[in-house]
Amino acid sequence: MAFYSTSEFKGGLKIMLDGDPYNIVENEFVKPGKGQAFNRVRVRNLKTGRTVEKTFKSGDTVEAADVHDTDMQYLYNDGEEWHFMDPASFEQMTADANAVGDAAKWIKEEDICRVTLWNGVPLIVEAPNFVVLAITETDPGLKGDTSGGGGKPATLETGAIVRVPLFVQSGELVKVDTRTGEYVSRAKEA
Amino acid sequence: MPASHDWSACATAAVLHARAEMLARIRTFFAVAGVMEVETPILSHAGATDPALASLSLSGGLSSVGFGADRRLFLQTSPEFPMKRLLASGSGPIYQICRVFRGEERGRRHHPEFSLLEWYRPGLDDGQLMDEVADLVRAALQRPRLPMERIRYRDLFREVLDLDPFTAPVQTVREAAITAGIPDADQLDLERDAWLDLLLTQCLEPRLGRSGMSFLCDYPPSQAALARIRPAGEAPYDQAVAERFELYIEGVELANGFHELTDAAEQGARFAHDCAERRRLGLAEIPPDTRLLAALEAGMPASSGVALGLDRLLMIAVGATHIDQVLAFPIERA
Repeated sequence: MAFYSTSEFKGGLKIMLDGDPYNIVENEFVKPGKGQAFNRVRVRNLKTGRTVEKTFKSGDTVEAADVHDTDMQYLYNDGEEWHFMDPASFEQMTADANAVGDAAKWIKEEDICRVTLWNGVPLIVEAPNFVVLAITETDPGLKGDTSGGGGKPATLETGAIVRVPLFVQSGELVKVDTRTGEYVSRAKEA
Repeated sequence: MPASHDWSACATAAVLHARAEMLARIRTFFAVAGVMEVETPILSHAGATDPALASLSLSGGLSSVGFGADRRLFLQTSPEFPMKRLLASGSGPIYQICRVFRGEERGRRHHPEFSLLEWYRPGLDDGQLMDEVADLVRAALQRPRLPMERIRYRDLFREVLDLDPFTAPVQTVREAAITAGIPDADQLDLERDAWLDLLLTQCLEPRLGRSGMSFLCDYPPSQAALARIRPAGEAPYDQAVAERFELYIEGVELANGFHELTDAAEQGARFAHDCAERRRLGLAEIPPDTRLLAALEAGMPASSGVALGLDRLLMIAVGATHIDQVLAFPIERA
């Protein structure tokens, strides 16, 4: 089991607290002129996404969390779980709905996703920042409208619904920013 | 060899100029005041025994002076001991601007190597030295009307936290930290003075120096460090206090001063206590400065002394929020 001393604390370090993996968001070293030093840290629970503050006595140690990021290819969903493959080793892994979260509505087969592994098991799946998806359903827009003003809802092949300009039609490909859920542009191909 | 992209200075040219000009004003201040600039060794056979300080050391490369590879020399955490030996040698009032080194300290206001201004005034007590520190800061910052106030350590805790830091039992101090909402305070295992340090740094320091200079003074004797202890007298001085002060501006601790301990036996006892604490806490053993003890034995004039962090003073002068903004090359790109 690996441990980190508070002197190794910095943003991005992954530590175990109360049995959950956390990411250090911010670390502040505080020390009076003479006397005990402390580390005041903001940490994000990687399972729940919640951010909390903690105070450590400088010099204390905490258990390191076996957490790292890797790029994996999304293969398919079997109705319950999402299957991914390491493109280098061809090793396959499954992620549950908790891990996939919001990414579920953006990813389609063969997309490369950033997967955060905890003890070798997918903990968080992130969709690519931009995805290109086909529109399966949207109202026909007004002819001649090219401004994009106003917009209308469109259902994508993954089931996600985004607002698109009026001139975009069913069957077309669109580029979407998954971090904001907003339409970026029309696309020619994936 | 990987290409280096971090060769250039961290501080801007304007900040480097501000540092140079601030140093010039400080030297002028002491020239006018008749305080002599001195230099003392950065490397010493003795280190700082204070358990809260981590000394850096080196060994080897000194066979030409007869030191074997196992002979360790310590980088100074402050020039206090050699400067006191100068006082005992009859130097009169002295100051020094030097680099000091403290391991395990890194953050927005901490850097393992930093610039310290330290000075000693024979014949002055801590109250008189506070006045001179205020004048020095006004000159260094070019803010001649910057107001100063003095706040006794005990009064600050009583007023803000309704807690007597001198008499409250450890359990009460701990509860005050939890009540104050310090994150996770109930999970911490601390000794009494460390609880006080936690309350001071988390709840009280941010209030200090909001409209000028705040001198926090009359510390608990358990936090005397190298200050004289004034025995209990009449109320409100019904508790013995350490004649120690700290200067705060904008919530930042800038300086630590003492009415200096000159009693060799008491200094020896504090060294012994520090060393016992270091052993109990499993910290590195540090040889105490026996030459300081000999100097005190020979007789050091009654003096007050203070150490002021120049990087932090410059941070205030230029409005920096991180110490790296005022350093030419922080340790990561040293």
